[in-house]
This record gives sequence, C-alpha cells and structure tokens, in this order.
Amino acid sequence: MVTTPVTDLPERLVRPNVPRTVKDSRGYTVFRWLNAAALVVIMFVTLYPFVNLVAQAFSSEAYINSGQVNLVPRGFNLTTFQVVMEDRLFWRNYQNTVVYTVVATAISMVLTTSFAYAISKRALKGRNVFIGIAVFTMFFNGGLVPNYVLINGLNMTNTIWAIVLPNAISVFNLLVMKSFFENFPEELEEAASIDGLSTFGVFFKIVLPLSKAVIATMVLFYAVSFWNSWFSAFLYLDDRDLYPVTVYLRNLLAAATSADSIQGGGGGDLTQIASNVQAVTMVLTVLPIIALYPFLQKYFVSGVMLGSVKQ
Amino acid sequence: MSATTSGQATVPPEAAVAVREARRRRKGTGGGRSWAQALRRDWQLYSFVVLPLIFFIIFRYLPMAGNVIAFRRFRPGGSIFGEEWVGLHYVQMFISDPTFWNVFRNTIVLGALTLIIVFPLPIILALMLNELRSRMFKRLVQTVSYLPHFMSVVIVAGLVFQLTSVNGTINQLIESFGGDVVPFMQRADWFRTIYVSSEIWQTVGWGTILYLAALTTIDPQLYEAARIDGANRWRQTWHVTLPGIRPTMVVLLILNIGTFMAVGFEKILLLYNPILYPTADVVSTYLYRVGIVSSNFSYATAIGLFEALIGLTLILSANAISRRLVGTSLW
Repeated sequence: MVTTPVTDLPERLVRPNVPRTVKDSRGYTVFRWLNAAALVVIMFVTLYPFVNLVAQAFSSEAYINSGQVNLVPRGFNLTTFQVVMEDRLFWRNYQNTVVYTVVATAISMVLTTSFAYAISKRALKGRNVFIGIAVFTMFFNGGLVPNYVLINGLNMTNTIWAIVLPNAISVFNLLVMKSFFENFPEELEEAASIDGLSTFGVFFKIVLPLSKAVIATMVLFYAVSFWNSWFSAFLYLDDRDLYPVTVYLRNLLAAATSADSIQGGGGGDLTQIASNVQAVTMVLTVLPIIALYPFLQKYFVSGVMLGSVKQ
Repeated sequence: MSATTSGQATVPPEAAVAVREARRRRKGTGGGRSWAQALRRDWQLYSFVVLPLIFFIIFRYLPMAGNVIAFRRFRPGGSIFGEEWVGLHYVQMFISDPTFWNVFRNTIVLGALTLIIVFPLPIILALMLNELRSRMFKRLVQTVSYLPHFMSVVIVAGLVFQLTSVNGTINQLIESFGGDVVPFMQRADWFRTIYVSSEIWQTVGWGTILYLAALTTIDPQLYEAARIDGANRWRQTWHVTLPGIRPTMVVLLILNIGTFMAVGFEKILLLYNPILYPTADVVSTYLYRVGIVSSNFSYATAIGLFEALIGLTLILSANAISRRLVGTSLW
C-alpha cells in the first residue's frame, strides 16, 4: 500500500484548504496516468463502431468483402449513397419518421405538461390518487398481447395513432416535470393570482414562459425516443409506405441476416451488397442525432439531474 | 393555514383572500373538503387532468384488465376481454411447456449477467472520471461516452451485425492473431457475450450521470479529514466516496432489479435468429412469437402476466429489503 509521506502532514494541518499544493505520492501519479490512458481507450472503443460504420458507408463492396475496411474508407465509393437516396421508399419512410416524431412529441408535451402541473399542486384533492395511477404503470403494465389486442380493437392499426398515442406519457418525464413545477417560486404564482389571473392565466402567462428550459429538455427526450422507436410501427403497421425509417432499416438488416443464415455464414454477394447499403442507410438515419447531439447534450444531462432532485 | 400578517393592511381584502387561497393550495393537504367544493374551486386544475387520465385508463389500465384473457378463451375480432372462462388452462399449458422453461432460464441468465456485469461499471467509470483534473478532458470523455445512449436499438443491432460479421473488425483481429474466423451471429454460445457487450457499450457512459451528480454533493471536508487521518486516495475512495454515493447506488440497484425480467426485448428481437434460440430466446421474445406471430393470444398473455408479476414482486421485495437493511427506498 502506498501512503502519503508523513512530511506532508504538518503543512496540511497548517493550511488544510490547499490540498493541491501538496505533491502526489508516486503511486497516485502512476495511477492518474493509467487512468487517463484507460479513458482514452474507452473513448476509442465507444467511437470505433461509428468510425467503422462511416468507413464502410464510403467503401466499395470488394474491400468490405475481403474484410479490409476498418478506420478509413477503402475504394472510395459514393454510388451507394446515390442509390439509397434515390430510393423513393427510403425518403417516404424518412418523412414518416419526421411526421411521427413531431406529432407524437406535440401530443406528449401537452399531456405531460398539463398533468405534471396539476399534480404538482399539493392542495389538489385527489392528487395522490392521480400520482399513484401514473406511478403504478412504471412497475406493472398490460403486456404485449393485451396492448396489441386493444390497438386492434380500437381500429388503430395502419394509422398514425397507433404510433403516437399509446406511448404519449412517459412517467419518468412526468415526474421530472412535476418536481420542476413543485420547485417553481410560489411567490410568482401568488402575485399573479392577486393580479386577478385564473389558474389558466397563471399557467399560460407565468409558469410556461418561465419553464422554457425544462420544456426544451422534455421535448428533446420525447423527440429522441420517438425518432428512435421502431417496435410499435413494426407491430401495428402493415403498409410499407407508412413505415418510419427505423423499420426500413430493420427490414434491411433482417433481409441481410436471413441471407447470411441461408448461406451458413459463407458471405455471398447478396450479403455484402446489403452490408454496404446497410452502412449507408444507418449513416443517414443517425445523421440528425449525431449532428445535433453536441449542442443538445447539456439539456439531456440537466433533464436527468432534474429527475433526481426529488429524492 | 398561515394568514398573511404584514401585507394585509395595505392590500385590498379580496387580494388577501387570494393570497391565503394560494398559500392554502400550496401547503394544505387537500383533505377535509368535499369533492363538490374541491371541484368548484379547482375546476381549472381538474380540467388539466382529464385528458391524461383518459390516456392512462385507455392505454395503460385497459390492457392491464385485458390480462384476463389469460384465463378466458379469446376470439380474434371478438371482445378484448375474451369469450368464456377457461380457468388455469393456459397457466398449466406454459408450466408443462419445455420451451417456456428454456426461455425462462435464458431470461434469468441474461438478466443476471446484465445486473452483475453492467450495473457496477458506471460506478467505476464515474470514479475514474472523478480522478481527472482537466475539466476539458473530463467533458470530452463524458460527451463521447453518452453518445451511444441516443442511438436507436435498430442502429445498435446494425452495428453489432457489422462488427461481428465474418468480414467485420472482430474477425479481422482474430485473423491477424492467427485465429479462425468465427461466424458469431450463428453461434449460440457467443450470444450472451455479444448481448452484454452491446449493453455495456450503450448504457455505461450515460449511467454515470447520476453518480457524477452524487459525487459533487460529497462534502470536501470529509476528504480533508480522511487525509489528515492518513488515508491515501484508495482509502479515501473506499471510506468517503463510496459511502457518499451509496443512496444513488441503492436506488439504481432497486430499479435494475425491477427490470430484471424485461431484458432487452427489442434488441434481442432484432439480433437473434433460430440458430441462436438456445441462448438468445427469452420470455418476451417467446411470447411475441407465440402471441403475435402464431396468434395464440391467451397463451401468450398468460406467459406475459407471469413475467409481469415476477417483475412486480422483484421490485417490491428489493425495495422492502433495502428499506430495512440500508434505509434507502424508492417510496
């Protein structure tokens, strides 16, 4: 075990608030370097799949075939981009993703914000019941088949409603907003009601305009989750023209793997062409998220922090 | 109810009432009033609740009630609550179904591997980040490690296929070390490794956020005191840092135990194929094939209900145990 040299001790006792001026033990210095090196490796491993993806997207099939594409594109090739971007279905599905994301996020925000505001008021009779109704669904839910039967029973299959309604309220987001509204300065609301504003007035004219940050965070949380979702579309939509782009990609992957399985892993032309097309489709699908991510990251982090405040 | 004292003389009486009213809304418990009074006074707030409640009833509680088809015969196109009682017919069916027990075992193995391997890693990564002195470098590592969290599970599946394919990077590495190419996605014995690795890649970075937040709340004086007592960095971590983030660890552990049975259904559905069923098929994917693909609605519902009840039991008992032993709980 490496211990701090005893000679450091008196100095610390004299100036206990200046720890950084004390020299680190050798063992700790070595540890700090190893730690930094390990984190560099972790970053590389995290980013590698993306780099490899981009490299494959710009490479020619022959090089991917022979397993020579890693960090940089080999046999530079833009034709696959051209082919994918000329695919009418791809753009149709991309457009669907945008529409579903916008509509679903709008519905989610209206429901989440209004419910969160109401249940943030401690004097509201029945408040605990409302909270209980929402929170219970975090721990117990109907399950796949009853949900499927219900959506069928409501004749929602092959409509946008099957995508945007069943997941409209995320209870996690609801609790984040609730704790935000609970910490809203009550003096402001009081002052507004003295000035004669009704609850609606207070909510729309005072609370909402001052909640822009939390609203932005919630919009992002919802938008990313709807942008990324695929399973409800896969389950409830039969019409190719209604698919979001994630289902387009899923079908591409499924076609490639089944071809792979048939050939027993030999890797024929079909699979390889698919893997280049896959890479291009994946690049185009993640592009908006990767492009916006650096600017939006801080909102996501603050959202998670807000959610943890209530503990 | 605390009446305002200082401002009362100068403000008009109706404003004083409004202030008292607002205070009461905040601080009161809401009890002791009849529903008629509450509705008359707070009807605007109640109107906010109507649509969300309709949402919860239709899309959350109706499917819960729909679980009765586990005990009733269901006719497609008929009532969503089924036609006639059949008792425990479907429960007996899955109890005597060997495939069910196989997928049940796979679920437990994958859930346990995820819990044991993936759960501690964010704590370690957060501690590693905590030792960094350069803010820039720390922020860079954070930005990079959060990124996979925002990827759709379809993208993650695509990346897994790409890296594990016979021409993929992993096989290139194996070949360069003189090994033989492994068709990973056709080897059942590799699936668990691949699944857990992809979980690590996607979740560990994002998982550090709450720990990093908890780390900032630890009083620096505790470190100072430990140092004066002669504790080195390792002992400071063990005796100050870890106890400081223990409540966060416990809460996240309870939540993880609660989702133990719900191992990445969507990811497995995207990744697996019949060759991988011996290790990859879990309860949720099995009931998807039984229920949705083969239309045995009642049978699949019985399996799903069983799974959901296990999940509920797990989270309730984890919560109770932690409240008793550690004094931290979700509610």
